[in-house]
Amino acid sequence: MFEFLGAILLLLVGGMAAVASRARPALCQTAGQSGAVAGSMLGLVAAVRILVSGQPEAMTATWLMPGGGFHLQIDALAAFFLLPVFGLSLVTAVYGRSYLAGRGDGSGLAWCWFHSNLLTAGMASVIAAHDGLLFLVSWEIMALSPFFLVIFDDRRATVRHAAWIYLAATHLGTAFLLVLFVLLGNLAGGSDFDGYAAVLKGNPGLASLVFILALIGFGSKAGIVPVHVWLPEAHPVAPSHASALMSGAMIKVGIYGLVRILTLLGPPQPWWGWLLIAIGASSGVLGVLFAMAQHDLKRLLAYSSVENIGIILLGIGIGVVGLATGMLTLTVIGFAAGLLHVVNHSIFKGLLFLGAGAVQHASHSLEFEQLGGLLKRMPWTGAAFLAGAAAIVGLPPLNGFISEFLLFYSGFAAVLDPAPHIAVAGLIAIIVMGLISGLAAACFAKAFGVAFLGSPRSAEAGNAHEVARPMWAAMALLAVLCLVIGLAAPLVVAALADVVTAATGVATGLVRAQLATVTGPLTTTIAVFGVLIGLALLAWLFRAHLLWARRIGSGPVWGCGYLFPSARMQYTASSFVQPLTTQFHLFVRNRETLVPPQGYFPAAASYSSDSRDPWLRLLIAPTFRWFDRMMSRLNVLQHGHIHVYVLYVAATLVALLLWASL
Amino acid sequence: MPDFASVISPVCALVLAPLLLALINRTKAFVAGRRGPPLLQPYFDIAKYLQRGAVYGDATSWVFRLGPVVNLAVLFAALLIVPWGAIRSPLSFSGDLIVVAGLLALGRFAIVLAALDTGSSFEGMGASREVHFAALAEPALLLALAVLARVTGALSLTPIYQGITASAWVAALPTLALAAMTLLVLALVENSRIPVDDPTTHLELTMIHEVMVLDHSGPDLGYIHYAAALKLWILGGLLVGLVMPLRSGALWLDGSAMLLGMAILAVVIGMIESAMARYRLVHVPQFIVGAATLSVVGFILILV
Repeated sequence: MFEFLGAILLLLVGGMAAVASRARPALCQTAGQSGAVAGSMLGLVAAVRILVSGQPEAMTATWLMPGGGFHLQIDALAAFFLLPVFGLSLVTAVYGRSYLAGRGDGSGLAWCWFHSNLLTAGMASVIAAHDGLLFLVSWEIMALSPFFLVIFDDRRATVRHAAWIYLAATHLGTAFLLVLFVLLGNLAGGSDFDGYAAVLKGNPGLASLVFILALIGFGSKAGIVPVHVWLPEAHPVAPSHASALMSGAMIKVGIYGLVRILTLLGPPQPWWGWLLIAIGASSGVLGVLFAMAQHDLKRLLAYSSVENIGIILLGIGIGVVGLATGMLTLTVIGFAAGLLHVVNHSIFKGLLFLGAGAVQHASHSLEFEQLGGLLKRMPWTGAAFLAGAAAIVGLPPLNGFISEFLLFYSGFAAVLDPAPHIAVAGLIAIIVMGLISGLAAACFAKAFGVAFLGSPRSAEAGNAHEVARPMWAAMALLAVLCLVIGLAAPLVVAALADVVTAATGVATGLVRAQLATVTGPLTTTIAVFGVLIGLALLAWLFRAHLLWARRIGSGPVWGCGYLFPSARMQYTASSFVQPLTTQFHLFVRNRETLVPPQGYFPAAASYSSDSRDPWLRLLIAPTFRWFDRMMSRLNVLQHGHIHVYVLYVAATLVALLLWASL
Repeated sequence: MPDFASVISPVCALVLAPLLLALINRTKAFVAGRRGPPLLQPYFDIAKYLQRGAVYGDATSWVFRLGPVVNLAVLFAALLIVPWGAIRSPLSFSGDLIVVAGLLALGRFAIVLAALDTGSSFEGMGASREVHFAALAEPALLLALAVLARVTGALSLTPIYQGITASAWVAALPTLALAAMTLLVLALVENSRIPVDDPTTHLELTMIHEVMVLDHSGPDLGYIHYAAALKLWILGGLLVGLVMPLRSGALWLDGSAMLLGMAILAVVIGMIESAMARYRLVHVPQFIVGAATLSVVGFILILV
């Protein structure tokens, strides 16, 4: 626990030192970065030690805050979620310095470091908190600091608008959590988590209410459909290393909150699981469909986070159904799949956001139609981005495949179940996962293919250059992690035993036995991967041998005899996904403006399409406008006469006094 | 340790796969009243490509060169897992059907990226169609395999195919027939056959698979053609293994039955290609989704 407190302290000291030295940008960067690196490493040590030993660590201290206690507890579940938080904080700190160099003045840099360190510290204390009030305070620290990261480039109106949407969304979530914790705290007579479990025991109605509150509150932070609308606004405009931290770690804290509340609720009811599966499936499919339709690389990645949160919830939902109906295989494999995907997603999504930052750094654009041919100009970034794209699609032999394997495995296990409704649910999970991975392949073939392959579509992309060494080293580290987790899958899955135990309350022995049923197949899978890599090497060498000393020509590609193809004749990103967006036009509402060529000598013709989020347009925005209208009726009370305001205060006071004396 | 019996299926695949293409072409020629190319023509073609040099598009990078290599390695690796009817595969483990689906997806991703690497709008167009149909075909394949898993109560391809006996057909006739329909459609879709794609068309605008590999040449093209033959063999084997429920246990008998079945499949595909025109591209998704729906119906039929 001392390492953990030390980590928080180092992060905060680093941030404050950066602010103190803001007059000297270089010093300020050093201060912020070393605080983040040292703190995160110390935090990783703490998390890994708890995961290895399996012994939870706890700490209580006196806290002057009324109604709350300073109670920290890190069990295997918390330590597991600390890994992406501290891990990504470390990697993004390494990356961030070069990325931020030359962007903004010293003061901007200082506050950026301060808030990203504060964000890490906030996430870590949310995960370690074992007290409702402490949890909420940490949650607000975690929720507010990204606002200042999003608004980093605050001279642009779109940035301010995005930060505003973020602020509204996060507080909407917090509102539900506030109700949740106040409700539990009132009933339990204290804010400690241990007391909550006692109140909830044997009260299924209350437990269901708390579950719904938690699902909305934590779900809006995690980014489930339809409360995902802040992700595609906030992620693209934040500095890329901050987007990586937010998308890789912060939205996972939402998942952590949900899983933590589930552990307090006692035995779950089956419909919670079904609801989670339904939400997971719809977030997964809609997320990837929206992602595919985007014109901006970072918006695409943000929507893809919605998809991956869906995959995580699908796994957890299957686990909850298993827990509620007493099916051990579904419980253990479902939770293992969801939890493993938490870490996997933080690795490859962190990597992809860092890659997007490098693209923006080098070619000054994130619009697909301005990119192209970057692999030749930025070989390291390109290779790392390719690894991240292949991993997020769930291709062997990378880490994404392992969590998808577990998820499919739980689906197939359910298909074999004698109970028809379980079998049908398994079949639906298989179809949904198959569709998601197929669509994700299309989405990331577009993201990598259009941005990095072919010819540059703009002069800036043509003049792009490889980014500074710390930046690509950070990406390379994450890319290697994708491969390592993929190839060490049996060990990684076996190591999840304590975490799954902490999340489900199933005895460790049973969890280990269940996980052993998949680690065997996974070992053989790794052998197949080994053969695959070996065969690919052999095929490559054979090809090199065949081509040795033969004539290798180069020339323009086939254009039906036309010999002068230009970069503008390449297939565009929008046309690449047009068949799919057209097929799923029910969900993806592209707005198209077409000025067709007219007459025998057509002059100007144009086509543009714009993918706007239907949920934002048809649900969220009208709701907020309705509230705005309703609330504006209260304007009659607000007229600027201060003596009337004093009257309000006095009237309220009298009313409260009367109420208290009754 | 893989013994003699288990290496039969990959060896047969490696040796005989191009023959399937030749049989299809011969059938089409026969129906059209021509003699058709010799049965060894696909082998000659592949050998010819392997002996040539190569020409690369100006925009291409290592991704273009890696694509065919990865695609071929993926199909080799899949041969380790996929059984051939009654004849088991060298490796069998719970959930290996998921690995097969993952491997096929990897091969496709490699080819699609290689196509995008050329910067040619033709190949971009082909890649776009490929990812579109694949996004629908992938759940359809897993769906059909889930039906077979439910019928046989196994989670691994070899036990699943061991379990598809004559008595299993008697017990679950409609379901298995519907799953077989799905697999037939998938064999046509995944291997770019008529009515989805026309491997012999000469009009780039209408192609899917062929247009993605327009600019590959030499050994790369040889790899692609060989990989295409292997993919047809693997998916055809899944279908033939399902509709040919002979599980005698005698290797020579099961093997000959499968060989005969594969030959019949090639003739059937040839007849389909002779009798049908290809669908308009907008109808292909309906074709795939319709085929997948058949498996869903089959699944519901065996639920209770």
